[in-house]
Amino acid sequence: MSDSEEPQQKTVIGIAFGNSNSSIAFTSPDGKAEVIANEEGDRQIPSVLSYVGDEEYHGAQAKSHLIRNPKNTVAYFRDFIGKSFADIDPTYAHSSAHPIQHETGVAFSVEEKAGAEPSTLTVSEITTRHIRRLKESAADFLGKTIDGCVITVPTDFSEAQRKLLSEASKASGLEVLQIIQEPVASLLAYTAREETSHPADKTVLVLDIGGTRTDAAVIASRGGLFTLLATQHDYELGGRHFDDALVDHFSKEFIKKHKVDPRENERSLAKLKLECEATKKTLSLSNSAQISIESLAGGFDFHSTVNRLRFDLLSKKLADQIVGLVESVVKKAGMDLTDINEVILAGGTSHTPKIASRIQQLFPSTTAVQAPSTNPNALNPSELSARGAAIQASLIAEFEAEDIEQSTHPAVTVTPHLAKAIGVVIHSPEGDEGKAEDKVYVFLDAETAVPARRTATFVGTQVGGDVLIRIVEAKKESVDVTPPKEVKEKVEGADEDDEDDDDDDEEEEEEKVIKRVTEVEKVIAEALLKDVKKGQKIEVMLNVAGDLTLTVTARVVGGKGGIRGTVPGRAL
Amino acid sequence: MNVVATKHTLLPAEPEWPHESGFHILEQLSEPTHRNLEPVGPHYLAHARRKRHHRTFSEDDRIVAAQQAKNVEDADPGEISEPEDAMLLSRDPKDWKNQDHYAVLGISKYRWKATDEQIKRAHRKKVLKHHPDKKAAAGGVDDDNFFKCIQKAMEILTDPVKRRQYDSVDESADVDPPSRKAKGNIYKLWNPVFDSEGRFSKKKPVPRFGDDKSTKAEVEEFYNFWYNFDSWRTFEYLDEDVPDDNENRDQKRHVERKNKAARAKRKTEDTARLRKVVDDALAMDVRLQKFRKEEKLQKDAKKIAREAEEKRLAEEAKKKAEEDARRKEEEEAALKASKADAKKAKEAAKNAAKKNKRVLRKGAEDANYFHADGAAPPDVITNVLADVELLITKLDNEELDAVAKKLAGLKVSEEIKAVLADSVRSTVSKGSTAEGDFKILLK
Repeated sequence: MSDSEEPQQKTVIGIAFGNSNSSIAFTSPDGKAEVIANEEGDRQIPSVLSYVGDEEYHGAQAKSHLIRNPKNTVAYFRDFIGKSFADIDPTYAHSSAHPIQHETGVAFSVEEKAGAEPSTLTVSEITTRHIRRLKESAADFLGKTIDGCVITVPTDFSEAQRKLLSEASKASGLEVLQIIQEPVASLLAYTAREETSHPADKTVLVLDIGGTRTDAAVIASRGGLFTLLATQHDYELGGRHFDDALVDHFSKEFIKKHKVDPRENERSLAKLKLECEATKKTLSLSNSAQISIESLAGGFDFHSTVNRLRFDLLSKKLADQIVGLVESVVKKAGMDLTDINEVILAGGTSHTPKIASRIQQLFPSTTAVQAPSTNPNALNPSELSARGAAIQASLIAEFEAEDIEQSTHPAVTVTPHLAKAIGVVIHSPEGDEGKAEDKVYVFLDAETAVPARRTATFVGTQVGGDVLIRIVEAKKESVDVTPPKEVKEKVEGADEDDEDDDDDDEEEEEEKVIKRVTEVEKVIAEALLKDVKKGQKIEVMLNVAGDLTLTVTARVVGGKGGIRGTVPGRAL
Repeated sequence: MNVVATKHTLLPAEPEWPHESGFHILEQLSEPTHRNLEPVGPHYLAHARRKRHHRTFSEDDRIVAAQQAKNVEDADPGEISEPEDAMLLSRDPKDWKNQDHYAVLGISKYRWKATDEQIKRAHRKKVLKHHPDKKAAAGGVDDDNFFKCIQKAMEILTDPVKRRQYDSVDESADVDPPSRKAKGNIYKLWNPVFDSEGRFSKKKPVPRFGDDKSTKAEVEEFYNFWYNFDSWRTFEYLDEDVPDDNENRDQKRHVERKNKAARAKRKTEDTARLRKVVDDALAMDVRLQKFRKEEKLQKDAKKIAREAEEKRLAEEAKKKAEEDARRKEEEEAALKASKADAKKAKEAAKNAAKKNKRVLRKGAEDANYFHADGAAPPDVITNVLADVELLITKLDNEELDAVAKKLAGLKVSEEIKAVLADSVRSTVSKGSTAEGDFKILLK
């Protein structure tokens, strides 16, 4: 009687496939992305598979087998996909199943069945099994079969690696709709959260501190279109290294007490590592954390506490390394630290408060740092990629494979981007000809993909009469502003400082505060709007076509007529 | 489109505008850099859509808006807006048993097909329109009768049990079966009837009456289904009201019993009615005749095919017999001919052997029985002849022939002896005789 005949909606999920942990997310009918917990209640599912007897263990269960059964436990295999044996860095796999050479690249040799000969599992096969388990967890949680997914990968994943990953997923019975890049997924997770349908233009730095590696990316977000400007990777920096700092600390303490080094015994080391990871996570939330391991080494139990300050000191070198990475990626993008409007911290290690505060110190206070310890509204950094993937999956769920293929084709993705910001010269109030104010209202920032269009309204002149609309290309200039004096905000109407002050403060290098302001670089065109009465609003629309033809439309709001002009573009 | 409202003021124009038009171009935009956009997010999808279809911003805005408007229409199939006639509006809510609940909610065209979602939406709409507060505020009389009707309809249609009871007796949803004499397309006549009856089936899906392309199996399944129809139809809705005062228990039980009997009776009647409907349909169903005819045709075709096959087999058998007889005759003739030939050859061989034997004997005679000189003594002759005879018996016809040929033309006694000795040796080497058997020839 009540059979609803609604079209079958596809159930799609987002998968963040990490080297250490994976997570799965789906988009609820009201458009919110949520991360799914697996059967054990984990939202961060360790990317580990373990074979004990005839059983296959996955996730946290498998991870605990790193202590008892490391030879048959496969971990940290994501980065091995599609690489030759010579190219991989097997350091992280030291305490789990060791990678071996195989004709298809890298493989692992594990005892799948009790007493049977060890079988050789290629990385693709392991990936297939891992994704199958993730798919089953999602299907159990949602109570529906999963039709497709979007998977995130780091930016340095090659085309061949993506293809292999896609094939591995297909072998597990899960169709991959699209493979997207981790930092972009994180940004999408934040962008989709904003209420407005017209996201502000900003330049975002996504810092992904994972389990074994750290990736930083500078992304231009212009009207919801994302362009990757620069990426930087550090494969020797991640949560593991923070764990190791704690491991060393506790080992020294243990040696002092019992004259035994737990690092010399593989089992002891594995135990200590697992516990240190848990301790580190506790330290992100509270000021001190306990560690207690029974029979750590030499039959001695181990109990200790560590506070956050101690941990921050232990990991100072690592935090410095992260700051260095951030600085280098901004430099690589050809930008200044002040040009970054927002920093998104992703990856499990971003929970560490010290890292967030170091990043916040690095950037000016106007730059928003999205991390749990600096912004209570921030999303969980560990879940960002999965959420972004789930949002993207829900967007393209109803698309045909061919549509997706066409839309992601380089012919569509490769787009001309503006080299310079385009804007309109604005009037500075009388007597305030100070350098430290924006001279140009920027419509279209540099690195905006064309075609693009922006509209803004201005208050007309304060006296009435004709108005000059001068369209220019703008650049940003660093200007010193004096700290003892009032620090100027970019908000219009703030008090201005005199030119002279800036010169006076040149010597006080230490307290120098740099402000970036927009300056006219090149005048493109001028338009005259006649007879604007005092207080009337003027609407200006700039439209840049794909061939860089600039169309300017200006009119008085509510009035008739207006002016329209076109600057011919370049023959591309 | 997004408009950013800024508080900036624009430049005041110079008093003198040196250019002719109001727009003056000084330079082109700088050379762009080509970069790869990340194919992610709703705005990218919009960008891809524009780029792939070569639309401008305003074109795309228009097309997307048109599409959205269409989607809204699609999402709201058949807006619930049936006219409300005065009779319906002035209904007495106490008489709810005779009220058409679907009509009250304005979904009488869906009836039992209405989904819960449709009912909910229809109810909300009606409530918004007929809420007593609203009427009072509009200055109308304080009349909430129709609102009560709406609430009652909602109560019944949202409760699955009550809705089933109401649907069971909802005659407006029934489709009357055509009379036996009705002319026209039987599929058009009967399909709606069974579609409507099918709503009472416990088993889903209900097979349809079908059309002239239905297969025999489908038609048989259809009648099987309908002759074994499992109906959930109940008749509680038509029950007489049971008095709910505790005073007259007997009266109450009497009414309950009566109701039960009435329900059972109605159910039996309904089953009988349905059976008759199916019988009628079966009687009018031209497809059954068609199938029978087809079957007969098939049977006939089979018979013809079988006969043809038999005839063919008989002919084949006859042909085969003739062939056999002919072959036998030929074989016999051949055998006879070969026998005659063999006889002839045998005789010729015999003759040749005789002749050859004669040559051998003659040879011995010509050689004077291998005696040196003078007439050979009779014992020598006997021995030589005995040897020759023995040799002859040991040689077969061909060897005999060969020896005879060697002897031909030989006159010298030694040579003849040598030839004969040779042949003796060869016979000895073959093992058919022993050397000792020959008295003269090997000496």
